[in-house]
Amino acid sequence: MMDLLYLYIFLLAAFVGYEVISRVPVILHTPLMSGSNFVHGVVLVGSMWALAHAETPLQLVLGFLAVLLGAANAAGGYVVTERMLGMFAAKGDARAVTRKEA
Amino acid sequence: MAWVLNGVYLVVAVLFILGLKAMSSPRTARRGIAWAGVGMVLATVATLFVPGDRGLAYFEPGKTVNLVLLLVALILGGGVAAWLGRVVKMTDMPQMVAVYNGMGGGAAALIAAVEFTSEQPPTGLHAVLAMLGAFIGSVAFTGSVVAFCKLQGIMKKTFRLPAQNAGNVIHTMVTLLVGVAIVVWGPHWWLLVPFFALALFLGFALTAPIGGADMPVVISLLNAFTGLAVGLEGYVLQNPALIIAGIVVGAAGTLLTQLMAKAMNRPLTNVLFAPITGEAQAGG
Repeated sequence: MMDLLYLYIFLLAAFVGYEVISRVPVILHTPLMSGSNFVHGVVLVGSMWALAHAETPLQLVLGFLAVLLGAANAAGGYVVTERMLGMFAAKGDARAVTRKEA
Repeated sequence: MAWVLNGVYLVVAVLFILGLKAMSSPRTARRGIAWAGVGMVLATVATLFVPGDRGLAYFEPGKTVNLVLLLVALILGGGVAAWLGRVVKMTDMPQMVAVYNGMGGGAAALIAAVEFTSEQPPTGLHAVLAMLGAFIGSVAFTGSVVAFCKLQGIMKKTFRLPAQNAGNVIHTMVTLLVGVAIVVWGPHWWLLVPFFALALFLGFALTAPIGGADMPVVISLLNAFTGLAVGLEGYVLQNPALIIAGIVVGAAGTLLTQLMAKAMNRPLTNVLFAPITGEAQAGG
């Protein structure tokens, strides 16, 4: 029963993902790629979960590496996206940019 | 305790979706990344208090090693990545996205490795999904590393193996066959090691022939791959935050990849397979 419920979440999330960015202007393609790269940094949560239940030395090493990579994905993804979008605001009127691109 | 954690994950999922939505419009984009950032901090802090067999898993007696390893990994991984992200040149941003994406894929593959080596390895549907997540995550890992090397100028040549196209198809099928063997016969080390090795090499073989100019599209595709891998591992861990965030990114990333290819006036298949058919020039 639980498996089926997770399958529902799975399907609905796929539709949300498709819908949420369906009208993105060309100029935001790269920042949005970077932003979604940050969002899947939530893999860190899974890594922490795995390390929490690690018991053998092998599992501890694998879990440690998983948290290391997951933390890098989350932290690095945030900084890079923030910098990209920061450059955006510095360029001036963002609304003018959209109109030109659209 | 578990319901508090799941409640936090629900809030996190909403923040991620709203954040992505905001990021797809120039006026609200900066607000979007801030919301998603708050979501990530919430998720990380809440996960420190994962329930274990006797109370909180990280604070049980005998789990000091796990806690120390966790803190070292968080500070080291997060700190170095944030510092690098801040100091690199603005023009080097795409390869930074690639390398951080690869790390996410690697993390997803490692979670599967931890699951498969545990005392009660996943069985049935869970084993299939863990295997698929490990496969996709490993491909995203090495693929992203190749993308990084190309954009950084470390890897200047485009490697092309003989009969690349057919070779990649056979390579994929063999890897998945070993994966099926893991599901059927159980996660023995003599199956897991070749499985991960084959999957990692596949990421290399798929990306190496693609030229540097097409890399942003490839990075976007690998980004969607990592999202999917994260979602699959979330299913195995029964963690809704991972499922929602991973699959949303998987779907959004796939659409974004198509949009990027369209903006370049080239169909996606041309970007991915042109080096093999020889229709486009394979730049360095």
